[in-house]
This record gives sequence, C-alpha cells and structure tokens, in this order.
Amino acid sequence: MKKIFSIITTTAIISSVLYISCSKNIVERTDNLPALNPVSQDLNAGTWKTVLVSSPDNFSVAPPPATNSSAYLADLNEIKGYQQSLSDAELNQIKYWGAGGVLRWNEIMRELVAKHNLPPYQLEDGTYPAPSATNPFNYPEFPFSNPPYAARAFAYLSAAQYDALVTCWHFKKLYNQPAPYTVDGAINAINGKSDLPSYPSEAAVLAGVTSEIMKMMFPTEIANIQQKVEAEELAAIQSGAATRSDITAGEALGRQIAALFTARAKADHAGTSGGNPDVWNSFVTNTSARGETPWYSLEVPKRPPMLPLFGSVLPFLFDSSTIALIRPGYPFSTESGEFLEQNQDAYQQIKNPTREQERIVQYWADGVGTYTPTGHWNAIAAEDFIQQNYSEVRWARNMALLNMGQMDAAIVCWDTKYFYFNPRPTQIIPSIKTLTGIPNFPSYISGHSTFSESASTILGHIIPANAGKYEAFSAEAAQSRFIAGIHTKMDCDSGMVAGKRVGEYAIARAKSDGAE
Amino acid sequence: MQTFIKCNVFALALLALFQITAEAQTDMDAIMMGQHNLCVGPTFSHSSWNKYWEGTLKRDNDNIGTVSTNTYSIMGVYGITDRLNFLFGAPYISTKASAGTLHNSSGIQDLSLWLKWMPIEKKLGKQSLFSVYGLAGFSTPLSNYQADYLPLSLGLHSTTASARLMFDYQHHGFFATVSGTYQYRNNIHIDRTSYYTTEMHITNEVEMPDMAGFNVRTGYRSFRVIAEAFFSQNNTLGGFDIRRNDMPFPSNRMNASIAGVHIKYVPKKLPALSIEAGSSYLLHGRNIGQSTEYNASVFYIFPLSHKKNNQPHTCKLCTIN
Repeated sequence: MKKIFSIITTTAIISSVLYISCSKNIVERTDNLPALNPVSQDLNAGTWKTVLVSSPDNFSVAPPPATNSSAYLADLNEIKGYQQSLSDAELNQIKYWGAGGVLRWNEIMRELVAKHNLPPYQLEDGTYPAPSATNPFNYPEFPFSNPPYAARAFAYLSAAQYDALVTCWHFKKLYNQPAPYTVDGAINAINGKSDLPSYPSEAAVLAGVTSEIMKMMFPTEIANIQQKVEAEELAAIQSGAATRSDITAGEALGRQIAALFTARAKADHAGTSGGNPDVWNSFVTNTSARGETPWYSLEVPKRPPMLPLFGSVLPFLFDSSTIALIRPGYPFSTESGEFLEQNQDAYQQIKNPTREQERIVQYWADGVGTYTPTGHWNAIAAEDFIQQNYSEVRWARNMALLNMGQMDAAIVCWDTKYFYFNPRPTQIIPSIKTLTGIPNFPSYISGHSTFSESASTILGHIIPANAGKYEAFSAEAAQSRFIAGIHTKMDCDSGMVAGKRVGEYAIARAKSDGAE
Repeated sequence: MQTFIKCNVFALALLALFQITAEAQTDMDAIMMGQHNLCVGPTFSHSSWNKYWEGTLKRDNDNIGTVSTNTYSIMGVYGITDRLNFLFGAPYISTKASAGTLHNSSGIQDLSLWLKWMPIEKKLGKQSLFSVYGLAGFSTPLSNYQADYLPLSLGLHSTTASARLMFDYQHHGFFATVSGTYQYRNNIHIDRTSYYTTEMHITNEVEMPDMAGFNVRTGYRSFRVIAEAFFSQNNTLGGFDIRRNDMPFPSNRMNASIAGVHIKYVPKKLPALSIEAGSSYLLHGRNIGQSTEYNASVFYIFPLSHKKNNQPHTCKLCTIN
C-alpha cells in the first residue's frame, strides 16, 4: 500500500513539473502592441478625396462645448472618476484599442468572416438551402461569407471608415478642440499625447461607422458588435483621449456616413448574385453552345455555383463597363491539345507533392472556416501598417485602397469565371486529387491569383520598400493553387494579369486622393 | 521455475487522431518482459470509417466517403530488469478518402517511448496475484507531417508526455486489468498564420488540450495463449466542437469509447515467436470518425544477455498455473 502511495506521489510530482514547465499560453502577434503613435496626424486629411461623401460640409456636427463650460467640466469629471480606479480588464481594453481602431475593427471583421465562412449543408432532397438576409438566424445562417462576399464586406467596411475619418478630420480641424489631457493636467493620457484635436472622437466615428456596416454584413452579430462599440468608446474616455461629447458627436457622425454606404450596398446587385436554377442552367447551355465543356460542381450532391452573378456587382474603382475590358481573353479551348496539356501538367504536379509544397498550399489555402484570401491580405497589410505608425485616417485610407481593390478583383474574377465557365483540372482528369478543398466555381481565372496580385500591386505602392516581398507573396499564392491541383497554370497566370489591372486602378486613385 | 519471457507488443496508441488507428497494447497490459531480452516485430493495422461525429452530431459525408488508414509499425520492448521495461514504437501511416477530391497522405508519424515499472507483485493465496504498474510515456513527431490536414493528416504533431497507473488481478488463468492515463499535449504549429476555433487566433501556434482516459480489459492468459476483451474511454480535456459542415481541427474535443478484442498465440515449438491479432470498434465519439480497426503482428524475442538468465521471471505468467 505504501508503494502505491509513493507511485501516486511521484506521478503527481512529475505531472505538476511538466505542467509548470510547459505553459500553453500563446501570445498572438498583435496581443501586446504599443499605443498608436503616428509619425504624422495628417491634420489636413479633411481635404482628401472621399469615396461616397461628396463633401464633409454635407454633414452637420454641432460645435463642441467650450472648455470652460459646465458641460465640458462634467465631461472631465467623468474621465477623472474613471481614472481613479481602473481595473486590469479596463486597462487591457485601453491598451487593446490604443493600438488603433482601424486595426482592431479590421481584426474583428476578419473574425466575423471566418466565423461565417461555412457552406450550407444540403437538404434531404439533395438541394442546398440558401442563407436569407431577412431571416439570418435560420440555418444556414446569413451570410455564408465566401471569398466574394468577404471581399465586398471588407471593401464597404474600409471605404466607409475612410470617408468617415476624412469627414472627422475635417471637423477636428474646423473646431480644433484640444484633448481632455491638454485642457486639464490632472487627466492622464494613458495611451500618450498627440496634437490631434479631439472633437469629434475618431474612435467613436470608427465605432459608429463600423457598427452600421458590420450590422448590415453580419446581422446575427449585432449584439456582439454593439458590445465592441461600447468597449471602444469607453476605452477612449478612460484613456483620457476623449470626452463624452467627443464620443457622442463622433458616433453620430460615423453612423450618418455609414448610411451612404449601406444605401449603395443595397443597390449594388450583390443581393441577387446567387442567381437561380434558370441562371445556373443558362451557363451550361451557353458554354455547350460554344462547343466547350462546361464546368460542373465536384461536390456531392452537386452544389449550385458560388455567387454566379457577382460579376454584375457595382465596382468601387472603375465603372461597370470597365469589367469587360479587364476580363482576360479566352482560355485554351477545352477541346484543344493545349488545354489537355495544361491539365496534364496539373496532374504531374499533384502526383508527388513535397512537404514544402504542402506548406505553401496550406499557408495560402484560406478556404472554408477562414477569413478568405482577402482577409489574409488584410492581415498581411495590417501587420506591416503597424510598423509604419500611420495616423488612423491614413490607416483607413490604405485599407480602403486595398479592399476596394479586393472587391473589384472579386468582381472581375467572378465575371471572368462565369463568362467562360471553364472546368477544373479534377473535372478533366478525375485522378487529380487536391491538397486542400476544391472551390465550387469555375476554374478560369484563379481567384487567389486575382486577389493576391491586386493586393500586392496596391500594397507595393503604399509601402514601396516592401514591394518585392508583396510580389513574391502574390506569386507564391498564385503558384499554391497550381501546386494544390486546383488550377492550371493558365488560370493562375491570367488571374495575376487581371489582378494587376485592378491594382493599377487602386494606384491611380491613391495618386490622386490628396494623401500622397 | 523456468524463465519465461513473453512478448506481447503491438501498435502503440494513435489515439488523438480524428480516426483511431490502433489500440495500445504493451503499454496497456500487465505483462513484463524478462531482463535483458528484446522483443521486437512488425505490426500492421487497418482502420476505416464512413461516419463521424461533427461535434455531437453523427453524420456521413459524400465528399469524403470512407476514410481508411493503414499503419505499419515497428514495435518493441526491452527488459531493463524484470520489473522495469522500456517500450518503443514508430509507425508509417497512409491515409486516403474514397470519395471527393482530397489528396491522400502518407509518412512516418510519431515515436512513442514508455517506461513501464512494476513496483508491486503480490500473491494472494495460492491461485491469485495482484500487481501494480506505473508507466511514463513520451511521444514526439519523427517527421514534419501536416497536423492541420484532418481527417487525412497522419497525426496531430504534438509532443506528449503521459502518466499511467495500472492495476492487475489474476486468478488462475483469468485476469482483469484497469488503468487510468493522463496525457499532456504540447502546443503545435500549423502552416497557416491564423485560424478560427470559437474565436480568431492571430498566430500559427495551436493550444492542444490535454487528454485523459481509462482502459479495462479482461480475459484469459497463459504461456501460450492470451485472449482478452477491452473497453477504453478517452476524452480531450477542453477543445472545441466542429461546427456544422466545417472541417475538423487538431484542437477539437475528440472523445472516443472503444471496445475491442485481442488474442495472442505462441507456437509450442518456437516459444520466442508470438503471433497476435485484434480488432476494435469505436462505439461512441465526438469530433472523431467511427472507426473499425483490425490488426496483426508478429514478434520475436532476442535474449541480449551473454550469461544465461537464471533469474526467475516475476511475471504472473510464470508464477500462476
């Protein structure tokens, strides 16, 4: 019996030593960021060219309370009250949001996209239910945030944030209200001081505009989003950077500007981009009529193609007539030797993939349950922007350029995919097995290639020192789809050409928006 | 009293997999190898499933069909002393799905090492024997295989440490063994830079929850034949459920209740040789495939000591019967 106890004791000691020595706590890449400390506050950003806002003057923002008014003193007292006893949780929130509102909302958006990026399960009869925006909680929940849906959601988020912050900067300069910690030395500037006027609060503008866009894109998340709005605003007040009146004016302004974008979104044709059985059949009929082999779904049961009319969605960077001009020319005919050769190359590649090739495929896969290729490029951009110490408004401007390019890349890519309705390598050579899930839409052109080259083109313009890195990333992302057995080289090459064209439109906008 | 050295080894547990490919044996049984003897041999096992639990929902998937796994292992046990054994094993695994487009996968998986110690072996009357065992296990990947390729990954690529306490009671040829195990699993790194569980993680590091389980087995054992049935329960202490129509992930809450049988035969003319076979079935699970598994192995004992080992083997195979 004594021995049993000694065994139990030994086991317990060994396990506790193991437990202590092998802590599993993970520090994520953006967990411990310093407070945003911009190189420049871009005080003249109120003049930058906006996306939908025609002029900041179109919005009414009442003048702030005078700093010697009783209302303002009450605001200061609220801050002082909070600062007398901040809990660790509150300090963590101040630190979290202090790293930058555009950054944190971008991360939240990536999380929402990943959470909702699940294809609906089929019904008993082998058909698939569609998510419904009017009944978002019913299975399948609305939305299924697949790559085009995600690209569009990021674009609206970033463009609206950009317009809202440009407008915010206009009023900041107009009213030139000093920050609470400048007015009253007893108030701590927990995230550091700056010369940025505090009225209206940029944090609250972001919270207001973002929440309206997110509520439209992810209606099941409204309660969750509202908590984040309150958290960001409370953190801004508690940090000493904003008063209650800065916050109230900022949130109202943000929500007003969001309305321009939600109105555009309702009319941009995305709502009908899922098509219907007649539309789906027409692609098959038209492709066969051209003498080409039409794409079919490789899922069991066959799933309707993903958002086949997304090519008709209204772009941000150019007008709809430009889409056909960017659309790459005909792929090799499915009946040609060249086409067979392209697919045989894919087959040769997939026979014996190396571990490094598997790594490349998984690194860029961004498939089901992830934030999609657009989310991946947002993560790449955000982590590099952190190093650049941008002002909030420049963060928003650069994210808007990236994400308007992502949405327009999705539009051009989806237009091309359904214009040609070209089959996947696995459809042509069923022995081609893929290293990650095969997407449920036509092959030509590669979405990853289009998204990535659009992103790398505009990011290389924004941070020229990183241009080589982005170009290498984009090439690897495109290559990953060939390695995975999901695309032919022709799909990837043409996708990159189209993506580059879209990216160049983003550069043209960047050069003329007044921020450079 | 003769020196009897029984070899009883086969495929070590690959429990944390989305599929359970083999049931551990030597590290789960109450039998020791005699001092300075090495028992080693190959094991083959095949497992397959066409239904799995997505969280707690049991389903099939026409885009996967039947997932099957073949495992080819080399396993061995060495008697450091009669009361302290060293166990080792390493499998080569291949997986494939019968439907859909996902590429198959194959390669060397994890090295498993165990130290097995028998501090207590006590006769209770003339016919019965009670013994206690403590085991310490360690496993680590032998290759850079992908963990994040479920359900076709070879394993979870976690380095683990296990502690097991085991009790055995034998009366005549009949026995019952119970054991409980706690397994610490180290975090893993995956090829992508972020992932979603129940929230977004902006890192390629994945926290792996620990596991705990128990195993009960009973049957008949003699010099030449062992026939037993077992039940095991293994639970992940934490982790999350696969969402509706999502892909599985290494840190899912994978639980399994498994029942199985195992037999061993030693030919009279060649007592250094043993032939083993077994089968198991996953009765109920969570975030795991409902696998049926078959295995077969052959082992041979090599005495490594130059001098003849006169030390009577303390094993219950020798002291009873």
